[in-house]
Amino acid sequence: MAWAKKILRVNLTKGTCASEPLNMEWAQQYLGQRGLATKYLVAETDPKVDPLSPENKLIMTTGPLTGTMASTGGRYSVVTKGPLTGAIACSNSGGYFGAELKMAGWDMIIFEGKSPKPVYLWLENDKAELRDATHLWGKTTWDVEEEIKKAHQDPQIRIASIGRAGENGVLYACVVNDLHRAAGRSGVGAVMGSKNLKAVAVRGTVGVSGIKDFKAFLKATTAAKKVLADNAVTGQGLPKFGTQVLMNVINEVGALPTRNAQDVQFEGARNISAEAMHEKRPTDGKANLITNAACFGCTIACGRVSQVDKNHWSVVNSPKYWGATGGLEYENAWSLGAANGVDDLDALTVANMICNEDGMDPITFGATIGAVMEMYQMGVLKKEQIGVEAPFGSAQALLELAHMTAEGRGFGKEIGLGSKRLCEKYGKPELSMTVKGQEFPAYDPRGIQGMGLTYATSNRGACHLRSYTVASEILGVPVKTDPLVTDGKADLVKAFQDATAAFDSSGTCIFTTFAWTLADLAPQLDAACEGGWTLERLAEVGERIWNMERQYNLAAGLTAKDDDLPKRLKTEPAKSGPAKGLVSGIDKMIPEYYKVRGWSTDGVPTKETAKRLGL
Amino acid sequence: MQKSLHIDPNKCTGCLQCEMACSYENYGAFNISKSRIKVFNFESAGRKVPYTCTQCAEAWCLHACPVDAIRVDAATGAKVVHENACVGCKVCTIACPFGTINYVADSGKVQKCDLCGGQPACAEACPTGAITFVESDWTGLGKMRQWAEKTDTQPRA
Repeated sequence: MAWAKKILRVNLTKGTCASEPLNMEWAQQYLGQRGLATKYLVAETDPKVDPLSPENKLIMTTGPLTGTMASTGGRYSVVTKGPLTGAIACSNSGGYFGAELKMAGWDMIIFEGKSPKPVYLWLENDKAELRDATHLWGKTTWDVEEEIKKAHQDPQIRIASIGRAGENGVLYACVVNDLHRAAGRSGVGAVMGSKNLKAVAVRGTVGVSGIKDFKAFLKATTAAKKVLADNAVTGQGLPKFGTQVLMNVINEVGALPTRNAQDVQFEGARNISAEAMHEKRPTDGKANLITNAACFGCTIACGRVSQVDKNHWSVVNSPKYWGATGGLEYENAWSLGAANGVDDLDALTVANMICNEDGMDPITFGATIGAVMEMYQMGVLKKEQIGVEAPFGSAQALLELAHMTAEGRGFGKEIGLGSKRLCEKYGKPELSMTVKGQEFPAYDPRGIQGMGLTYATSNRGACHLRSYTVASEILGVPVKTDPLVTDGKADLVKAFQDATAAFDSSGTCIFTTFAWTLADLAPQLDAACEGGWTLERLAEVGERIWNMERQYNLAAGLTAKDDDLPKRLKTEPAKSGPAKGLVSGIDKMIPEYYKVRGWSTDGVPTKETAKRLGL
Repeated sequence: MQKSLHIDPNKCTGCLQCEMACSYENYGAFNISKSRIKVFNFESAGRKVPYTCTQCAEAWCLHACPVDAIRVDAATGAKVVHENACVGCKVCTIACPFGTINYVADSGKVQKCDLCGGQPACAEACPTGAITFVESDWTGLGKMRQWAEKTDTQPRA
């Protein structure tokens, strides 16, 4: 079977590493990665735990298809209780690190306690040891990667680490792997930093074997790859334009939250779009985009490789930003750009680089800057407090504040707490565009109603990757629904949430679902793993995972009141575009959703629902 | 007709499907550390380049081997390591100008690409056509066609 059937337990307080068998009974109920690691967290920790205390645990976890030839089979997740939200946090990343961990012979690593001094975990197949990281503390993820590879004299080591943001308690710090890939949201990097764990370095030469039926696996994965190649989004749109293919599309449908969601269309959208990334700059005659790139095992290859103009004001004195690097994805181009009214493509690319090298979630960081700029516009915040002039549209402010936040300097310390805490402190809580304390991403719920329900009910705080109804409401996948109505969205969101939870637990990437359904995933899993994995069974596993996460959040102290959107989206109508005059119909959708879910009117899974799912 | 692996780095995305296919073919596990084809990532240039044995006609490795453990597969033209005969002296790894024959500590033998007996798994697994298995006499045909298409013999208006 495709699980390694082995867990590494690292006690950072005691400095011990121990191997234990994977609970295969749980694997049959929760599959792997997101589901299975969450089951371990639920079983082993108190939901009321302070996320940044030694009693919280941090789990790095792969899925059964991680490290196999299944397309996109290179994913891993970081699961913990999130410090930004106080809710379950599960952040998924690509790159090569996850596959290396699996090829070293491990399904997951559970970190517990807190190291007395900075350490990194060195993992070479069976051999696991904590090493001193005092010399790495204070360094960026890029420097850490270089230094660890040099120290071990092995360029093929794969590394996941935190940058200075994670050390400095930025509540939305990420875990960055392979330089440009991140377990990005909910502050999993802050938890890692609170444990004095700087990095995890892995070299795996054992490989993944034990595929249940290799012939069937090859047949199923080959067929599924063809589905991806033949699909217009995964076969053409994503490789050519990346997720940035959405910038102009979402702007045109009037769902691009602009200047802290004061507007739903951005006049500068075109300048920061995929099309602009392809065009030659007038300054140096080169395009921002060099090529596309894939994560491990991925046959879509949506990743962007970009290079900014060396003479751009933001980098002219910083040669480290001159080389090719991870380019803008749609969410980042939006959060750093439209959310702040900034339309300087190279400046946004640099802001994105800073987020990568110092490990910060660009969605929350960018959206928090949007709130700062609105408070500056209102006169609530002044230059003397912030340290720079911060009007909407200022790329200079964006970049300076990015450095200050990552390094924990001056006002950057406050920005590092996210917009909810920041806006509350300055008496403007309504300016924080968050759900459960986490900033919502690049789709305005006034223009895409299903995304409002997605944000409000997401178990890890506002997020698009828990039920990407944009696929249905805008792109017509798997069926077209009207983005401007609330009817039927409860059912749609539930179906997307359950399927997504199954995909996130398999080791494959959610972007496959532009082309795949669970019917494409099931035969691949079934050929790889024991257990008779059918589409029905996967949907049930997904629903079980969703309800388990919900129960965890309720036990952590969250209630139905937290399933709500910022007031602005419910009271200030969209000013332009197809959704002009509309607000979010969230209050109508929530009761419908609870009913569809089999939850009480208070949003609690009923006894029958819990029993049906074996919870 | 003899065929060769042909590599077009511009088409490589770095997905490593080739390395997985190679390791599974030869070791029965997805274990990229054992792959005989390697994708090199030139990070700051934004380039990824797959690289493996090109099966030299006059193979340095073959000539250097003191025990005749490297022999030509008559059907494919591949230079194949015969593990029973290999003594692990590594002289071939010194002789090879390209570094594409490697010592494997686990087995105490060397390994190199053997074209999978005429159906290279890497080429079959490559999703972008960066690795293809083509007639040796025409390894440049694709590129010629590309440029041919651009050739304009009509005077420009």
